[in-house]
Amino acid sequence: MTTSVPEAVAPSGTRRLRPSETLDPGSMSNRRRIGLFVGFAALVLFVWEAVKWFGGVPWRYENALGLGVDLYHDPPFRWAFATDLNLPHWWDIGAALAAPVQRNQDDSLLQFLLGASFYTWREAALGFLVGTLLGLLLATLFVHFGLLERAFVPYVVASQTIPIVALAPMIVFAFGPSVTSVVVIATYLTFFPVTIAMIRGLRSPDPRALELMRSYAASKWQIYRQVRFPASMPYLFTALKIAATASIIGAIIGEGPGGIPNGLGRAIINFNQQYITGPEKLWAAILVSSLLGVAFFLLIRGAERYALRNRPAARG
Amino acid sequence: MTAPTVDAVVRISGVDKLFGAEGGAVTTALQGINLDIRRGEFVSLIGPSGCGKSTLLRIIGDLIQPTTGTVTVNGKLCALARRDRDYGMVFQAPVLFDWRTVEDNVKLPLELMGWDKARRDERAREMLGLVELGDFMRHYPYQLSGGMQQRVAIARALSFEPSILLMDEPFGALDEMTRERMNQEVLRIWERTGITVVFVTHSIPEAVFLSSRVVVMSARPGRITDIIEIDLPRPRDVDTREERRYFELVTEVREALRRGGDHAEPGDPVEGVAAAASPERTMAEGGIG
Repeated sequence: MTTSVPEAVAPSGTRRLRPSETLDPGSMSNRRRIGLFVGFAALVLFVWEAVKWFGGVPWRYENALGLGVDLYHDPPFRWAFATDLNLPHWWDIGAALAAPVQRNQDDSLLQFLLGASFYTWREAALGFLVGTLLGLLLATLFVHFGLLERAFVPYVVASQTIPIVALAPMIVFAFGPSVTSVVVIATYLTFFPVTIAMIRGLRSPDPRALELMRSYAASKWQIYRQVRFPASMPYLFTALKIAATASIIGAIIGEGPGGIPNGLGRAIINFNQQYITGPEKLWAAILVSSLLGVAFFLLIRGAERYALRNRPAARG
Repeated sequence: MTAPTVDAVVRISGVDKLFGAEGGAVTTALQGINLDIRRGEFVSLIGPSGCGKSTLLRIIGDLIQPTTGTVTVNGKLCALARRDRDYGMVFQAPVLFDWRTVEDNVKLPLELMGWDKARRDERAREMLGLVELGDFMRHYPYQLSGGMQQRVAIARALSFEPSILLMDEPFGALDEMTRERMNQEVLRIWERTGITVVFVTHSIPEAVFLSSRVVVMSARPGRITDIIEIDLPRPRDVDTREERRYFELVTEVREALRRGGDHAEPGDPVEGVAAAASPERTMAEGGIG
């Protein structure tokens, strides 16, 4: 009989192609990626200051750097959004981060905000976890029982049309001013993307894969465990990345009515009230909040890369 | 069609299949199908798109139910045969699970059927050896070519020792050279295992080269118009494709298809000897193909 020669791929013993080495025109090296990010951030800071140069407020430094020279600048335009109140110099925001959070305190604003971020993140992560499990449960029920899907999906969608600011006080009223309320609010914003994506994901297997399982006389649970759930992973991670940032927003918003003093939500409300005297503090808080969202997003993306490391076709 | 034989492993009697569309239009996918398949036979179903050959295969495998008629396998109704895991299925696409290695893909049915780990390991090694992919056990599907992926699918289908292998245009998506090599491979496996094979194809040369019998079908309504015994000696190899008898049989099948083709649409593809693999239409065909 003939022996067939394996086509195209070298036998083991030679080096295997790693997923990261596939010829993907969208991929780039980490170094280039970081370079691009830093370059773009520098551009944003440059444009920021250019706007203030053209439309900000006049300034004057006497005896600049002790050289006996007076530096001054009178911008040609006066734009309201470019005043120091509405758009502080970014180095002033940086300086505010390094300065003590309050007089006579050792902690810098940055330390304070990082601590608040961690506190808020724990609430968000808990809501994220509960919301993810709830979304998984709902999607699993909907995919297996069409009647439930037709009955309840409209309500799931409607739930997301209610502004969270309207709902948050009601949730606090129901669960009391506590971390529980904040977690419930974060859950509320998290379960939706997971539900919708997983309904799609659990239905994503090739129909022939389901026929194959049928020919093995596989049980519903085996089909779920071995085919539907693994096939839905790319959908799940896409939803989790949305849910990660939504859970942070939910926690921050919930902390106000929830009466939680330790998180970013309270810090943002406080700095809002102090805006006239120190706009940099609110800007700093916003900056740190968005960094928290980005960090959570990157954490999920890292998990996604790890989970889908051998599935190049499944990676977004 | 054929006289009932005692050792028929598959017995199809009086099978009709109607597909009803909403609004009342009904398509007769299959009409009056009677066919016995003997143990250890290699039977091909060939016919134009829409003749219901894939539908018939799915009815045998209890993936869809006939409107009337019965299918028995090893003397059992096909629903019971499926629960007894009598069927190995191979589709046109390999349908490998991309989160599992080659080895773990082959083991999947064994896991579902509760084999213990030592037996699973041994069987996976054995089956991948059979399709000559022993060096690729720990690779992932994306690291394999299309032909290799299809060999994994065959190893998986055979792993739990089903009594019948159902193959639905398994090599339709492969290029002609790979397809001929895979034909050879399938014959080798068939001869070694003695399994009964039902093989759906568009390709006349493939059907003639592989089969003990070629079942010729025509479309609208899908029915069996001819059954041609392929008396080429075995083992068959590359030289078989150059024998006079082979060409005579190819011609015979083609003429049978043409005779039955009165009801087929002019555009329905049937491959001739020289025709390259036509663009496949399984998805579009999925309904009644």
